[in-house]
Amino acid sequence: MTAARIEVAKTLKLYMNGGFPRSESGRTIPIKDAKGRVVAHASHASRKDLRDAVEAAHAAQIKWAAATAYNRGQVIYRIAEMLEARRSELVSLICSIEGRTKADATREVDHAIDRTVCFAGWTDKIAAVLGGKQPVAGPYFVFTMPEATGTVAVVVPDCTPLLSLISLVLPVISAGNAAIVIAPMTNAPLALAVGEALATSDVPAGVVNILTGPRTELCPWIASHRDIAAISGAFLAQADAKSLEIGCAENLKRVHMHHDAPDFDDDAFWHSPFAIAPFVELKTVWHPSAL
Amino acid sequence: MNQTPFAYAPAPESVRPVLKPAYGLFIGGKFVEPRSGKSFKTINPATEESIAMVADAGAEDVARAVAAARKALPAWSKTKPAERAKLLFRVARRIQERSRELAVLESMNGGKPIRESRDEDLPLVAQHFFHHAGWCDKLMYAFAGATAHPIGVCGQIIPWNFPLMMAAWKLAPALACGNTCVLKPAETTPLTALMLGEILQECGLPDGVVNIVTGGPDAGRAITALAGRGVDKIAFTGSTEVGKAIAKSVAGTGTKLTLELGGKSPNIVFADAALDQAVEGVVSGIWFNQGHVCCAGSRLFLEESIHDDFIERLKARMKMLRVGDPLDKNTDVGAINSKSQLEVINRFVSAGSAEGAQKFEVSCDLPKKGFWCRPALFTGVQPSHTIAREEIFGPVLSVMTFRTPEEAVQRANNTTYGLSAGVWTEKAARALEMSNRLSAGVVWLNTFNRFDATAPFGGYRESGFGREGGRQGLMSYVKLANAKKKTGGKR
Repeated sequence: MTAARIEVAKTLKLYMNGGFPRSESGRTIPIKDAKGRVVAHASHASRKDLRDAVEAAHAAQIKWAAATAYNRGQVIYRIAEMLEARRSELVSLICSIEGRTKADATREVDHAIDRTVCFAGWTDKIAAVLGGKQPVAGPYFVFTMPEATGTVAVVVPDCTPLLSLISLVLPVISAGNAAIVIAPMTNAPLALAVGEALATSDVPAGVVNILTGPRTELCPWIASHRDIAAISGAFLAQADAKSLEIGCAENLKRVHMHHDAPDFDDDAFWHSPFAIAPFVELKTVWHPSAL
Repeated sequence: MNQTPFAYAPAPESVRPVLKPAYGLFIGGKFVEPRSGKSFKTINPATEESIAMVADAGAEDVARAVAAARKALPAWSKTKPAERAKLLFRVARRIQERSRELAVLESMNGGKPIRESRDEDLPLVAQHFFHHAGWCDKLMYAFAGATAHPIGVCGQIIPWNFPLMMAAWKLAPALACGNTCVLKPAETTPLTALMLGEILQECGLPDGVVNIVTGGPDAGRAITALAGRGVDKIAFTGSTEVGKAIAKSVAGTGTKLTLELGGKSPNIVFADAALDQAVEGVVSGIWFNQGHVCCAGSRLFLEESIHDDFIERLKARMKMLRVGDPLDKNTDVGAINSKSQLEVINRFVSAGSAEGAQKFEVSCDLPKKGFWCRPALFTGVQPSHTIAREEIFGPVLSVMTFRTPEEAVQRANNTTYGLSAGVWTEKAARALEMSNRLSAGVVWLNTFNRFDATAPFGGYRESGFGREGGRQGLMSYVKLANAKKKTGGKR
């Protein structure tokens, strides 16, 4: 008599500063699969978790922005390598939680990995495309270059959970920002699988942090946090988008809700430098060029 | 004026612009009476004399201007770009032709020295239209691989420190990208914008493409209240406080927003700098336009070893500043823009002394009438002092010291603002390293307060977002739309 084997269920935590802590609140929320069965319990991130993540991101961002663009490109390429290694896991998580076909889920995973490769190539080209040298009407040497904005909160919508997370996070980190990702609770297993890929790639601790929690609860806290320099979101409920946009009035956060953007499967936009542009600051430098 | 052997004889500008006694609102290509029925007196801050009466737009007037801009939008946005370009080139030329008149009016209404309005403001105004005229038919080359579309109706609210220049910075890129505009000039300096309205009419700009509504803060609020309901984009230049209020009112409306706000910019002088050049740069950094400059170098950081020498040179140079009649061609520092701004500056000057910094000011005679402030500097300023932290927007410099480049960077960046920064050193690697490490949208190395239509200008952090000028500035006035159908992220 052999009983069916008991599966080893994974405890879902947060991904913060390179490690996997539980929420300091101790709260969890049950995660159900497409058939309504509870498959895991996800950490319910608190305001304190957000503050801790901001602190970690802030420290990491300075070094990440100071790394050479070539170096950042190689690190991001390494993320693609780690995602590729977890391809079948990511596909089965999407199938189980969303009840989608294997072919459909595979399309999304492949697209997300290919998009990561695309951004590995952007790091040392952003300056050429968004910056420039200005022919001013006088004897001055003048150039404009993009710099990272700082710590960026990334609020991921429910649709195409892996592609949306990758599409919003990669433009942010490729420019030298640090990201605090607010992933939907429903897809916590998938978000944490990405966290594990990141943890085993060469991304420095704190450059990407992943919190799972209810958006409506976390959005106002993101909006009011003064060390968050920018917010990225797309396809969010209007109330959530508005509560994030009000954050601009707090400390002039750059809040970019991608109101005009096409769906995530559109490479023409989501692979373009204009996905990165909202999360850089342009610095114009002047120097006399004649004595 | 100082009675020294080198005193200058008065050299007043003799041309006077031809003005109407009263101006209506410029809506739909015509000057119309405001439905609010209200108007106000606009004065010369150097004499406190009235120059003209100006309409005070109410909410109904603003709605009418927005409706006119909406009506003009389809035709203007579909006008052949090369034709749009020719109209803007024509505007640039007409501004050049009328620049003396415009410069005098700018100085009369705003108090800035004629030397500055003539040599700085007006050339930049004309250049801005000329530069952007050329972009009209080249937008497809401006955004790598993306297609630019106009945003729609732009509500543009501008300040009183560079009235016509700000109007040009707002209107020229918006029009080049095929948008239509509702411009609100500042309450105290409406006249050159209204004269620009006349010029646009002369040049044959289609009716309603640019509408100009004069008035106070209520007229500005009436524009932002229409965000998402007729106004598709808000562009504001002004204080950080008002910028934040606008951001709040626009949240959730899907309206595009760019803000160019305040600053407390550092000007950093290393011991190896060419000191006399640095003195000139510090002078133009803070006393240009009476210090009414958002990017003014209002915090001077001196390497400790040169502090006493530099302050001595700076004081000697300050004594040469000629304060007085803005229309005198020799004047360096003109009138403060308004009584209320003078009161603000005076409060900061009192706070500087009260908190323990040492004040030095130029001992010159000031005219009996009008609003005047002697150029002043404070030494012994601590980072916690009010005058080291808050934007004064007047001719007042706060001087601090540093010992190492590291300390200079930390102290310079120790502000919520990030508009500009200046660095003075003869060492190229140090200048470039500093430019990398300073959090500011514009970094001037061995120069200060330089502007150009081709060079992006705008802030980091609480100095706002979005750029004005150059290819990068166009981004504020286009939608990079994608032809593909949008499903709201659903598959």
